[in-house]
Amino acid sequence: MLTFTIRRLLFAIPTLLFISLVIFLILELAPGDPLADMPMTIPPDVKEKIRLSLGLGRPAYIRYGLWLYNLFVTEPSYWIDSAFHTHLADGAQRIISFQTRAPVFDTIAERIPQTLLVVGMGYLVGTLISLPIGIISAYKQYSWFDQFGTFVSMVGFSVPTFVTGVMLIVIFSVMIPSTSFFWLPSIYDTTLRVTDWNSFVLQFRQMIMPVFVLALYQAAQVSRYMRASMLDNLSMDYVRTARAKGLSERVLLLKHVLRNSLIPVITVIALGVPSIFTGAIITENVFKVNGLGQQLLLSIQGNDAPMVLTISFIFAILIVLFNLIADVLYGILDPRIRYD
Amino acid sequence: MADGAKPVLDVRGLQTVFRTRGGDIHAVNSVSFHLKPGELLGVVGESGSGKSVTMMSLIGLLPMPPAEVRAGEVLLGDTDILKISAEELQKVRGRRIGFVFQDPMTSLNPVFTVGNQVMEPLRWHMGMNKKQAFARAVELLDLVGIPDAARRMKDYPHQFSGGMRQRVMIAIALACDPEVLIADEPTTALDVTIQAQIIELVKELRTKLGMAIVWITHDLGVIAGIADRVMVMYGGQVVEQGPVAELFANPQHPYTRALLKTIPSVTGERETRLKVIEGQPPILGAAPSACPFMPRCAHSFARCAVENPPRRPIGRAEVGWGHDVACHWDARSGGPHA
Repeated sequence: MLTFTIRRLLFAIPTLLFISLVIFLILELAPGDPLADMPMTIPPDVKEKIRLSLGLGRPAYIRYGLWLYNLFVTEPSYWIDSAFHTHLADGAQRIISFQTRAPVFDTIAERIPQTLLVVGMGYLVGTLISLPIGIISAYKQYSWFDQFGTFVSMVGFSVPTFVTGVMLIVIFSVMIPSTSFFWLPSIYDTTLRVTDWNSFVLQFRQMIMPVFVLALYQAAQVSRYMRASMLDNLSMDYVRTARAKGLSERVLLLKHVLRNSLIPVITVIALGVPSIFTGAIITENVFKVNGLGQQLLLSIQGNDAPMVLTISFIFAILIVLFNLIADVLYGILDPRIRYD
Repeated sequence: MADGAKPVLDVRGLQTVFRTRGGDIHAVNSVSFHLKPGELLGVVGESGSGKSVTMMSLIGLLPMPPAEVRAGEVLLGDTDILKISAEELQKVRGRRIGFVFQDPMTSLNPVFTVGNQVMEPLRWHMGMNKKQAFARAVELLDLVGIPDAARRMKDYPHQFSGGMRQRVMIAIALACDPEVLIADEPTTALDVTIQAQIIELVKELRTKLGMAIVWITHDLGVIAGIADRVMVMYGGQVVEQGPVAELFANPQHPYTRALLKTIPSVTGERETRLKVIEGQPPILGAAPSACPFMPRCAHSFARCAVENPPRRPIGRAEVGWGHDVACHWDARSGGPHA
């Protein structure tokens, strides 16, 4: 398993380099000007100077090389400096956003907590409720619970998050008067600090809608996988054996069938983790959560190549990493699979 | 009672129906049989004759619905296990009745160690702690002839061969020292040499442990080798039943006679073609009002189409205790039975 993991990690390096090159080239070839947002009153020669100061005067391969160097050498040395108070970076140029002229990683660090809290919570809640739903639906196949679950997951899966999100806003923020107990804020307030019970309640209330939208989508998917996997296993011979041993239905279901059914589902859950960072771009925008997804959208609109490239590359790393984690989990859960 | 021994298992008039969209399928029709202590009853019949369904309905192993046990009683000792609650039935399964299934490749749970699976009934039914259960499980694996049992406890089913897995299945079935062991085609999925080993093992265990065994198979050769009594099933009912030597020497039912003719001989002239019984087994859409074997029977006559023959004794013993047959035709006279 260890050699497998190391080999896979080594293989990931060329893959990721190739991905970064492709993203860079796409951004390079795309039309658009990072200075397009600048006021028209700025004279063209000044604009040209700004462009040069952003490093846009250099050829593409040098800019790509510099970005790689900054990402793997300059940025880590800044992180080490701030953690251990060393002076490795020595004031070297970091990756700078075209839009804000601030280091890209500072913006990312500002935005990640909101994303993790809201989107991560949605993923967690969705996953946690989907497992029992899937188990019960499969065990009581075609019961009213199963039929209802099938209907809800069909809706949850087929209605896009920007529809459910807006619908919730219309109902809970617009139609319900803001004095009502059931009114919920439609704009996520990032400046809110949880210091006491009241601020906790506020934080909780502003998280309800985005978390619900994401959890519904996640639960709709995973509960289907769970149900299908449980059904596959319930008809297996070993279930009959377990029954013939005289085990109770509870032990049968929660030990024998569940352990087998979880193998493919855990893989799906692990593969979905990167989507906590990437997949919530739309939901974040609907609820004005200023997370990473929203930042990516803003940067694309502003032709902010370094920001888009860096965020996309982080997504790529996460996807490659969680693919590996899914494979390793698969090997741990299923004794028949050994990678060595 | 013929020889005074009280049966450990007494099944009377068992009827099992599968409810499907196309109507009910009458898989088991008033099947009665009993099992004396230490006896080995062979159950033969072709696929779909209701052998497995009969045995699985005894201890509620059929998925219900669609299956439904409509009538009958199953006396295990003095209790009718068809009438008891689901929880009480769980205490019978694996504890008093052990079950070995056909396919050892899929009958063990792939994600748990073999030791875990053997220990499970011990801990569940016998209330043993981990240490006791482990020791007993090693003993059991040793008993069924798994070499180096203590070390192999930690192995997973995929690390065992088919024959070894079937031995594990037998160990699981025997774990709580049951009164009855039901073996549902335990050797069908195994190759011939392994088959012989498993049969030897069961024979040996039977003399050691003395439980009664129901051995389901469609291999008459196996039955001849190990059974005390044979029950032939066709179309969801018992068509002939008797002591093994008597039944092989003196088969009464046309189906049994045809079955015995299908066994290729290893001596004498080689047959150009293997013998077969022409036709298909019946689909039991309704409770039979005619003899289910009639369409394939060479001896059928008018009465067979209007009356399903009840079991009648051959010789003095009453039905179930000696040799009996369910047929209107009399093999001894070669004509209709009076």
